[in-house]
Formats: sequence, structure tokens, C-alpha cells
Amino acid sequence: MAELFIFFDQIYRILFLLIPVLVSVAMIVWLDRRVWAFVQKRRGPNVVGPFGLFQTLADALKYIFKEIIIPASSNKVIFILAPIVTMTLALIAWAVIPFSETFVLADINVGILYLFAVSSLGVYGIIMGGWASNSKYPFLGAIRSAAQMVSYEVSIGVIIINVLLCVGSLNLSDIVLAQKDLWFVIPLFPMFIIFFISALAETNRPPFDLPEAEAELVAGYQTEYSGMMYAMFWLGEYANILLMCAMGSILFLGGWLSPIDLFPFNVIPAPIWLILKILFLFILFALIKAIVPRYRYDQLMKLGWKIFLPFSLIYVVLTASFLMYFDLLPGN
Amino acid sequence: MSLIRFFKTVFMIDFLTGLIMAIKEIFKPKKTINYPFEKGSISPRARGEHALRRYPNGEERCIACKLCEAVCPAQAITIESSEREDGSRKTTRYDIDMLKCIYCGLCEQSCPVDAIVQGPNFEFATETREELYYNKEKLLENGDRWENILAANINADSSHR
Repeated sequence: MAELFIFFDQIYRILFLLIPVLVSVAMIVWLDRRVWAFVQKRRGPNVVGPFGLFQTLADALKYIFKEIIIPASSNKVIFILAPIVTMTLALIAWAVIPFSETFVLADINVGILYLFAVSSLGVYGIIMGGWASNSKYPFLGAIRSAAQMVSYEVSIGVIIINVLLCVGSLNLSDIVLAQKDLWFVIPLFPMFIIFFISALAETNRPPFDLPEAEAELVAGYQTEYSGMMYAMFWLGEYANILLMCAMGSILFLGGWLSPIDLFPFNVIPAPIWLILKILFLFILFALIKAIVPRYRYDQLMKLGWKIFLPFSLIYVVLTASFLMYFDLLPGN
Repeated sequence: MSLIRFFKTVFMIDFLTGLIMAIKEIFKPKKTINYPFEKGSISPRARGEHALRRYPNGEERCIACKLCEAVCPAQAITIESSEREDGSRKTTRYDIDMLKCIYCGLCEQSCPVDAIVQGPNFEFATETREELYYNKEKLLENGDRWENILAANINADSSHR
């Protein structure tokens, strides 16, 4: 009986996290389109619901009623599995995100490693989708995507080492608490910029949306998908973007901590601060989509391997020497 | 690479300029209109949905000269005519296939009595193809419905006709 109670308790807590995440994914799609439209002096979706907030729900409803077409020459099992993998991987990573000191689903002591591993696995959904479609555009898109995500993961990994040097723990709650006095965005500002740009590349957002470059590859790995399966790719992509924003705000912007520990700020509940920081980063994502043209493929690779990776490696050495010289290493 | 160019690249000056510009653009008035609720102005010469007009006394203008049928480049118009009891020549059938029509406006230009005109209405989408095969009743009904605007438009453009 006790086991059953724990089981239901866990399920209740998972749903309590998952449903807000899914709803906010829907809202974030609307926000993305709206910001994009506003920069271009358009109005964007504004008809369905107040300010068009329910546009994504209407779109989802449309996708549900559309026919799912599975190409005759595709590998059917993997073809169906690919969007499920993308969506699942984008959602399970939320388990370790701490919304406050107490509100975290799985407070594991290698949280950042788990987050990094799961977001790296995300590339499998895309490769599976591109390969199983058995068609040229999805295949090219998947290859591009794999190379791109693997390249930028390397520099994200090195950036995470920078943060970990300052914290001395892989636990996400510890990482946030270590920023109580000073957010890491200040001492590690160049790393924050590189993390942000790598996050754009990691989630296939413009200006690095080469895997789905519509001018050359139709829609990249999504070309053969339709109906709900396409919508799942879509939702998974936005859940991933949200996750990257959460990761950025936890690593650099002090997670759930308020900017100043003074009266009007510290009464606002901790999750609100995290949500505000995620929203701030996401609006930056959306603005960049509106203003930056797409990179050429060799420029993308050059940026990842020849600029970001050496620079972040040098910064690791700098951070480590600084901490060593001034005897600031955590744990001492 | 010059030194200035190098610093511009490293500190992403061009990118930040673009970002600030984008943020400024967000608060500027929108250039698009809120379409289904608010509509743009339409020229009196707009070539929209067809209509057959009547004289103020209710008599149809069309005299079945078939100039529009002859001039129609898409051959979308079909006319059949016969003599009425009072001796005047009138159409018994006037069909326009709105799916064939290319909205060139030649029928309107060729009409000697301003009977067939293209009005300002462009929102006549239907759910089936059959509804877009317009017959004489439909065209006359259009003419009755839009007569005020059609007459005003023809008057406004009369100096150029």
C-alpha cells in the first residue's frame, strides 16, 4: 500500500511539472510568432482567444485531425519512433530543473551531466527521422543536423566546465545557490554569450536552422512528416528551446534567485523568477530569429570549431588559474 | 582584417546595433491591417466579383450583344438569347464560370451598356466548385446587392472611360 502511495505521489508530481511545461510550450510558440511579427511590423496571430493566445492550441487541433502519411519506402518503425523520441527526450530533461530550493522533481547530484546527456541525445530523434524517411531532403537535413549539434555540444560542454569550476558541484541546486552573491553571467560573460549562441545552434534555431533550411532542403528532416507526427517534432523542438533557456538561466542568470535580496524582490516566489529569466532568454531567441540571416554551412562549422571551441578552452584555463591564484577554488 | 573590423566582430557591434533596431521596431505602429475586421481601401477600378446591372426602372441592361462572350480570353462566359414578346433582344442564359475567369476586366470594358461589371467584392469563396458556376440569377442578384457601389464606381471612373 505504501509503495502504491509513493507511486501515485510521484505521478502526481510529474504531471504537476509536465502539464505546465506543455502549456508553456504552446504559449512560447505563440510568443515566438508574435515577437517575430512585431519586429517586422506585422500583427502576428491575434484572432484565436485573447491576443491570439490559443493559436497554438488551434493549430494542434488541426494537426490532430490531419492524415498521417507514412511513405511506402520508409522504415516504418523508426519513422514512427523518431518524433516520439524527440518529444520524450525534450520533456524528460525537465525532471532535474530546480524551480526553487524545494520544488525539483529529481534532485540528483549529477544534474547538469544528466541535462547535458539528454540534450545531446536529442540528435537521435532527428537522425532517425531523416534516415527512416528514405528520401533525399530529410537525409541531407539529418546529416547536417547531426554534424551541427555534435559540434556545438563540444563547446557547450567546455562552457559547463567553466561554471563547474566556480561551483564545485554537478548538482543544479548547488549551481544556483553558488550564485547567491554574484551571478555567473558577470565573471563568465563571454562564456554566457558563447553558450547562448551554441544553444541557438543546438536547438536548430535561426540563424543556425540549416537542418530545415527551407530554401534548399524543403523542411529538412521533417519533410516526409505530416499530421500529429509533425506537430510532435515541432513541440519537441520548442520544448528543447525552452530547456536550453532554462539551462542558460540556471547556469548563468542565477536560476530561481532574485536579482537583489531586497524587500520588493525577495517576496516574489522563486519559480516566478526562473520563469521570468527563461522568458527573457526566449525573447532574445525570438528577436534573433527576426534579425539574423541564416549562416552558410562552412561558416557554421568554422564558428563552432575554430572560434568557440578554442576560446572556451582558453577561458577554462583562465578561470582555473584565476581561482587557483586567488585561492577561490570551491571546497577549500 | 583591419583592427576596427576585428573589434567590431569580437564585440558583435553590428549584431547589437541590429538587436537595438529590432527592439525599436517592436514599438512602432504596425503596417498591416487587422484584415477580417478591418479592410483596406479599394480602387473604383477594382476587378472583383461580377455583377449584371439593371436600369433604375428594373429592366435588365444586358442586350445580349455577346461582345463580352467574344472578348473573354478564358472563354468563361456563355450567353444564349431570344426575342422577348415586346420585341427586345434579351438573354435567356448568362453563365460565368468563375473558376475559368482570369479577372482581366475585358468583359466590363467591352460592354456597350455597362451591364456586366466587376464589383469591389473579392470575398466570395465557396466550399464547392459548383457554387462558383454563376448563372444569370446569381449575377443579377449581385447587381442588385452592389448597385449603389457599382454606380458610384462607374461614375467615379467615368472621365477615363
